[in-house]
Amino acid sequence: MPVAEKLRGSSVERPILPRLPRPVRLTGYALVLAFGLLYALPFVLQVVTSFKTDPDAASRPLSLIPSPWTPGAYHQLFGAAGGDGVPFSRWLGNSTLVAVLVTAGRVLFNSMAGYALARLRFRGRGMLTALVIGVMAVPPVVLLIPKFLVLNTFGIFDTYAAMVFPLLVDAAGIFIMKQFFESVPREVEEAARIDGAGIVRIFWSVVLPMARPALITLTILSFQGSWNEFTHFLVSTQSSEFETLTTGLARVVSGGLGKGTQYPLKLTAALLSTIPVAVLFFCFQRYFVRGANSGSVKE
Amino acid sequence: MTADVIERPPKRRAPRSPEPGTRNLRRGEGLWGWLFVSPMVTVLGLFLLLPILMAAWVSLLDWDGQSNPFTADARFVGLDNYRNLLTEDGLDRTLFATSLRNNLYYVLLTVPLQTALALTLAIVVNQRLLRGRGLLRTTFFFPSVTSSIAVSTVFLFLFQGSGAINRMLSWIGVQGPNWFADSRGVLRVLLSGLGLVDSVAPGAAAPGEGFMGLAWSEWLAGPSVAMSTLIVLAVWTTSGTFMLIFLAALQDIPRELEEAAALDGVNRRQMLFHVILPALRPVLFLVLTLGLISTWQVFDQVYVMGQGEPGNTTLTPAFLSYTSGFEDADYGQGAAIAFILLAIVLVLTAFQRWALRERGPRTEVRRAGR
Repeated sequence: MPVAEKLRGSSVERPILPRLPRPVRLTGYALVLAFGLLYALPFVLQVVTSFKTDPDAASRPLSLIPSPWTPGAYHQLFGAAGGDGVPFSRWLGNSTLVAVLVTAGRVLFNSMAGYALARLRFRGRGMLTALVIGVMAVPPVVLLIPKFLVLNTFGIFDTYAAMVFPLLVDAAGIFIMKQFFESVPREVEEAARIDGAGIVRIFWSVVLPMARPALITLTILSFQGSWNEFTHFLVSTQSSEFETLTTGLARVVSGGLGKGTQYPLKLTAALLSTIPVAVLFFCFQRYFVRGANSGSVKE
Repeated sequence: MTADVIERPPKRRAPRSPEPGTRNLRRGEGLWGWLFVSPMVTVLGLFLLLPILMAAWVSLLDWDGQSNPFTADARFVGLDNYRNLLTEDGLDRTLFATSLRNNLYYVLLTVPLQTALALTLAIVVNQRLLRGRGLLRTTFFFPSVTSSIAVSTVFLFLFQGSGAINRMLSWIGVQGPNWFADSRGVLRVLLSGLGLVDSVAPGAAAPGEGFMGLAWSEWLAGPSVAMSTLIVLAVWTTSGTFMLIFLAALQDIPRELEEAAALDGVNRRQMLFHVILPALRPVLFLVLTLGLISTWQVFDQVYVMGQGEPGNTTLTPAFLSYTSGFEDADYGQGAAIAFILLAIVLVLTAFQRWALRERGPRTEVRRAGR
């Protein structure tokens, strides 16, 4: 439910201005519906086309009923042959592996760093905070060649390590956690400290459990971010065995522009790669909303 | 060791005066503080700061990526890479100018459109009497959370020559272009449609006429038809996120303010222009600058939908930097382009942070942190 309604407690509010006349309202609804279709229709067409045959998809791109109906694209993607240079199962495996590792790493390391920057007093804290804020301004696409240089120099180019390590911490996530920990009343920690708890204990058993909403936000954003990540995998790997859903799909789609179209196959691969994030989105939408608004953090 | 540190502070604190105890606590905090941030320092240091420094060095080299860039195998060329891009006549500069032109049009069209659309959607979804607004909000936001590669694939399908978009256009009697193969500038197409320009063929680049090795007619041609599809995609995918930022701001407007205005007898137009929009000013600025910063970085969509083609009209600095390095094995040039792009983005970011600070960062941070 919308945030405002929760905050105000009552969802039944009278409009401030008088209602518009009926014809205007109906036109408004029609317009809004058209807008909604504009946003939903591409996905609907994607789902429908994934069940079409190639000729059907090419000749009737707008029809909402596949004829004939065929799960061929799905068979092809999960088939033993790996389907026409589309080793979908491998992409899926790689994406899952990397996303899980990156998410776990980010949740742990971002909260540790966020806690230290918010609460622990140590020399260099101000400098590090400034560094994190500064780093947030560096656009990822600027780092394409630089990242490759470093990974190559370290000798880990084209490995899982190269895919995972650089993503294990992200500045935006640190910021979310830092802001959360700053909102925790100090008395809670003081009380635990008087009871004899040390810093690690306070962090792990007292503060972190309180951070559940922030941690869920962080988990979801990290998973979404690493699942949808493209540029980093593009410059950290070159072998097909490390292809993820994004790099694999991008290669097939951009390379196949002039050749046979095979849109049902490509759209099915795109659809399947969208589903995990879509499921997360529909279950935890308010955390995505929070993420969208925290993306605008500037200090 | 862990146990040691955990046990110490309270023991000492009890018998003595609080001062040494506090100092001791702080010393422990100093150690733990650095331990807690060590993963962050390692990752950001090794994969963010170090790359930037290395790339700064490489941008001064003529290096093909094969040898070690820190030995004599890579020729030091000073600022030549930058000179080739900015001042010296040649293919490099023309390509770079073309990429700047393309990206500039992309920014000029995407930012106002996505901001206006996001604001409209937010105002619509914020209507208290609208039925199904939760569902609408979800629908508008969904494209924002999906992978850029996946939605680009969908758009490739929709905009093919005989695809869904052109079918729809044919219903209203318009013959759609072959979107991804059409390098004609949109402005030129429009002007020639109105009979103001002779032909849609690009004018030959007369030497000396133009800027950065690109003829004025090229600078002024507008985004190509192919680039327009990328603009549509960008507007479609980003408007949802910005809608949410606007929505949060709209819900922060005190209801009393609107009620007072209503008592004064304002109509809807006046309410929008004299009450709501002024209240949204800082957020409007935030969204505009966020858009400016992100549109200069367009890469994924270019990779999938255009790869610079047709006729280099979907080439952007980010993509040119990538191909200079990874395809033409001219990493020095690629790194130099990356640095120029970084400069553009940092200037915009600095401008944004400065301006938001001036206009009251307090409210901004509070709102954003929610």
